Amino acid sequence: MWDQVRELLLLMAGSALVSNVVLSQFLGLCPFLGVSKKVETAAGMGTAVIFVITLASGVAGAIYRFLLVPLQIEYLQTIVFILVIAALVQFVEMFLKRYMKGLYEALGVYLPLITTNCAVLGVALTNVQKEYGIFTGMVNGFATAVGFTISIVILAGIREKMAYCDDVPQSFQGMPIVLVTAGLMAIAFCGFSGLL
Amino acid sequence: MSEKNKVGERLINGIIKENPTFVLTLGMCPTLAVTTSAINGLGMGLSTTVVLALSNLLISALRKVIPDKVRIPAFIVIIASFVTVTQLLLEGYLPSLYASLGIYIPLIVVNCIILGRAEAYASKNPVLPSLFDGIGMGLGFSLALTCIGAVRELLGAGQLFGRQVMPDSYVPFSIFIMAPGAFFVLAALTAIQNKIKIEGTKRGKDMSRIQSGCGGNCLSCEKAKDCSPEDEKKGRAE
Repeated sequence: MWDQVRELLLLMAGSALVSNVVLSQFLGLCPFLGVSKKVETAAGMGTAVIFVITLASGVAGAIYRFLLVPLQIEYLQTIVFILVIAALVQFVEMFLKRYMKGLYEALGVYLPLITTNCAVLGVALTNVQKEYGIFTGMVNGFATAVGFTISIVILAGIREKMAYCDDVPQSFQGMPIVLVTAGLMAIAFCGFSGLL
Repeated sequence: MSEKNKVGERLINGIIKENPTFVLTLGMCPTLAVTTSAINGLGMGLSTTVVLALSNLLISALRKVIPDKVRIPAFIVIIASFVTVTQLLLEGYLPSLYASLGIYIPLIVVNCIILGRAEAYASKNPVLPSLFDGIGMGLGFSLALTCIGAVRELLGAGQLFGRQVMPDSYVPFSIFIMAPGAFFVLAALTAIQNKIKIEGTKRGKDMSRIQSGCGGNCLSCEKAKDCSPEDEKKGRAE
């Protein structure tokens, strides 16, 4: 029992910090760079991503386990997963709109942006590749998304402060300086590799 | 665009005028992830080219059959099928490349460039120009990835295509073949883009063609109305 818990905790630390989804795997770069101007919106995006990725890894894992494997059509995983994710996001959006107004108002704007967030598909495929079970896959998805949220909130915090400095060279203003910041954050996150 | 529907024009457009990486800054995930060496960049670029050309071809051929309302899901299924084919072929014939590109091969599905070209070009134009549009864009992408990969490999390992080119006294900045290096190289690239844009605007040229990515806000991205197919779909369904 404790061994399992320990293993899951290690897995979570690994997915969230050591091989951070954005800073070391470059997945979900679009929202990472685009929705990180304010801490508040970054946190909103992060929450929506946690929600969707956890759910999507569970559903994709279940479909793989109970549909693709018995029918021996595992090679169709990419097609099936992308369609499942797209449908799932639509469904989640409709469900929230109907039954959970508050949550919908907080996350609604971010949901459509998430469908093509390659992190969602990336996690689903990684789960299959590493042969995680459905539950382990969901834990992995959750931790990956938490890693995404940590890095996007940190970047947004830095960008908020950076808005006040006006001595950035002209050609580095905008996206380049954000990328330099992301690079420095990636170096900092390399430090976590000694954790495991 | 109608009089320009020529094969050569499409190729040049993809490779130079609207180079997906250097000019439009699209498809950044694979650009950063696989360019640890020139050969990986080239492999990824060519795989994407195959998918891009074939999906453009099929989408263009089916453009009158696919109902407008379900076109985005239909495009995704077509693209995903070709990605799966490419993936299986690579696994069978180039296992070492397949191993080094790993999960980024299936992730070609969500590459903005492919759906972007399907939506912006192939769904509106005849088969032959669409095929060459795909090939041109793909070659432009391959060229960019190979260049970025070469720079990173040269600085980070002192090698080019796996051959030692720097003198032995050169101490490689190994950071450049690690994750942070990718961000720095891309930062330099976008800074150069900015510079060209600023200089051009000063001289009164129209520089709106150069985009520094979709800025993450895929909804506002005009060049490639692709990043958010679901949103499109929803917009149409309502």
